Amino acid sequence: MSFERTQEKLKILADAAKYDVSCASSGSKRSNTSKGLGDATGMGICHSYTEDGRCVSLLKILLTNYCIFDCAYCVTRKSNDIKRAAFQVQEVVDLTINFYRRNYIEGLFLSSGIFKSADYTMERLVAVAKKLRLEENFNGYIHLKSIPGASDELMKEAGLYADRLSVNIEIPTKEGLKLLAPEKNREDFIKPMKKVKNEIILYNSEKKLIKSTPKFAPAGQSTQMIIGAIGESDQQIMWTSNYFYKKFNLKRVYYSGYIPISYDTRLPQIGTAVPMLRENRLYQTDWLMRFYGFEVHEILNNDHQNLDLEVDPKLGWALRNLEQFPVDVNKADKRMLARVPGLGMKSVYKILQARRFRNLNWEHLQKMGVALNRAKYFLICQSRDFERRDLTGPQLKSLILQNSTSKYQKILSPQLSLFE
Amino acid sequence: MILPQDYTLVYDGTFDGFLTCVFHVYDLKLKQVHIQRKSHAQESLFGTSEEVLTDLEKSDRVWKGIKKKTTAKGRSKLYYAFLSEQKQVENLLLRYIQYALNSTMLIDADFANQDVLKVTQVAKSVGREKHRMEAFVRFRLTKDGLYFANIEPDFDVLPLISAHFKRRYADQKWVIYDLKRNYGLYYDLEKVDIINLSLPDDFDATKTTSEFFATEELEFQTLWQDYFESTNIPSRKNMKLHIQHVPKRYWKYLSEKLR
Ligand code: SF4
Repeated sequence: MSFERTQEKLKILADAAKYDVSCASSGSKRSNTSKGLGDATGMGICHSYTEDGRCVSLLKILLTNYCIFDCAYCVTRKSNDIKRAAFQVQEVVDLTINFYRRNYIEGLFLSSGIFKSADYTMERLVAVAKKLRLEENFNGYIHLKSIPGASDELMKEAGLYADRLSVNIEIPTKEGLKLLAPEKNREDFIKPMKKVKNEIILYNSEKKLIKSTPKFAPAGQSTQMIIGAIGESDQQIMWTSNYFYKKFNLKRVYYSGYIPISYDTRLPQIGTAVPMLRENRLYQTDWLMRFYGFEVHEILNNDHQNLDLEVDPKLGWALRNLEQFPVDVNKADKRMLARVPGLGMKSVYKILQARRFRNLNWEHLQKMGVALNRAKYFLICQSRDFERRDLTGPQLKSLILQNSTSKYQKILSPQLSLFE
Repeated sequence: MILPQDYTLVYDGTFDGFLTCVFHVYDLKLKQVHIQRKSHAQESLFGTSEEVLTDLEKSDRVWKGIKKKTTAKGRSKLYYAFLSEQKQVENLLLRYIQYALNSTMLIDADFANQDVLKVTQVAKSVGREKHRMEAFVRFRLTKDGLYFANIEPDFDVLPLISAHFKRRYADQKWVIYDLKRNYGLYYDLEKVDIINLSLPDDFDATKTTSEFFATEELEFQTLWQDYFESTNIPSRKNMKLHIQHVPKRYWKYLSEKLR
């Protein structure tokens, strides 16, 4: 490996890969059994954080940024005048292994521009993963990008070596995709996704019969959507997201506020702020759907097509459904506790456990670390002291905003604990 | 404050030593008791002070007793909190153990009880430090083909991270050395041992000199620093969040932060 050449390539190909926000390295079950290198069991570790506060857990690079396509929202697009580079398979393997041995990373996230054809590109990605697994005895995490249009055979092979596969939908609506990436169509994205989903199902049913069935993409599939590139509504984004979660059993959908990268008139101009707050609200909604028992239409529907940026989506929902409150801390079931604004799932579990020993009052809750600044308006407990005024939604909203401005300017974190 | 009628037990700082003290408390039916590690022990004008010798048989008996009255989670909380080395944590743990042994219910989740809550909180900070060290250890390849890392954790977390590193780096020799507590873990491809190093006087843990480290080591550090820079998105910069995740006190041994 020539140091200077690799260094130059790494700068270009890491820079081009950074717009993919997925960073997860958890959810796999690959353990180190044969005294090889690495394991990918358990939670996945953030080894560092970028200055924008995102988790660094994987070596996230493109194999190459040469591309035959010209998607308007992408820095790698053919018509963009930038430096191009391509890694050799062995270079990626060496970088991954050496970074891993130094405890810099959990593994590799390899994506690529499409050179020659979808299959030609996918083949190279698979070759890297295969080499890592078979020649280097590497059990760390591998996330491969499924190249839209890649053949079923290649996707099947990819799943044997990778922990996770992802295809980015990028543009949440069909019309938007047509406008910005006319050469692409949704079917090309969906085909590899479908194949992987079916293989995972097949694998899971075979595993029940034969224990030694090889693993197939044990950390499942994910996708990413770009937010704010074509004026879509939050409802459109989250309904699309919900559709993909349900239809393809996705593990994660990522939302990435559009970062202006060109003067193309179809897109927000350079200098336009990245919609980070909106992105945060979308992640919160995603959380509510996956962990808090909400249906997407409860939060976003034809009457409420966009999230309120001023308050988090759970509070927004509660303000529209005040008749369901207050909730009794000492009696309510888990489902309803999870719907109380300000209560994270951790607090919910703590409450469920602690109330077995005694009836809880405000002081107990406070000491246990339950955040009450919002929750107090929606709860009653072992105390005579609770919000008795019959406030309307808008009144309550302004009261909460007034009383919690400092807390409210909380630092935005796109992917971590969003409610606590 | 130690009062004339109080009893102080001094032990060697090990977990077994602490459990031996608990044995004494029960054995001698001590009421007003303080347990202190030797390195923290303060001379007191009042009360009786006694040095307790670690006795594995006694500590084992206590642990068995605790096992009957706690959940696995509760026991791990006790151990984690112990490793915090915080002043008077022993007294807190003793109260927790007494509460557990006296109760008919398993009390590990009684968060409205002050001692249970406190132990849970301290254990949580130790757990956070464990995770940080699993993340922030940066191995550097030495001339002898050994992967060497130095750390200065807030709490004594080496015993907690050993299994993780052994599992993950099964095919390379490594050392993780706690410079603050002056001991480390050494994995020799078979097992993990505890070691004490006498580092050269001029050893600067923040520098990667060619005297100790392999030639390619600096190259990979450079590549890693480049990567770290390239993967950043300036238009999303948020230093507050960054520092919340990577507090400044850890920076000095993080290769990506050395530029
Ligand atoms: S195909 Fe992929 S890499 Fe190529 S321009 Fe489109 S989005 Fe970018």
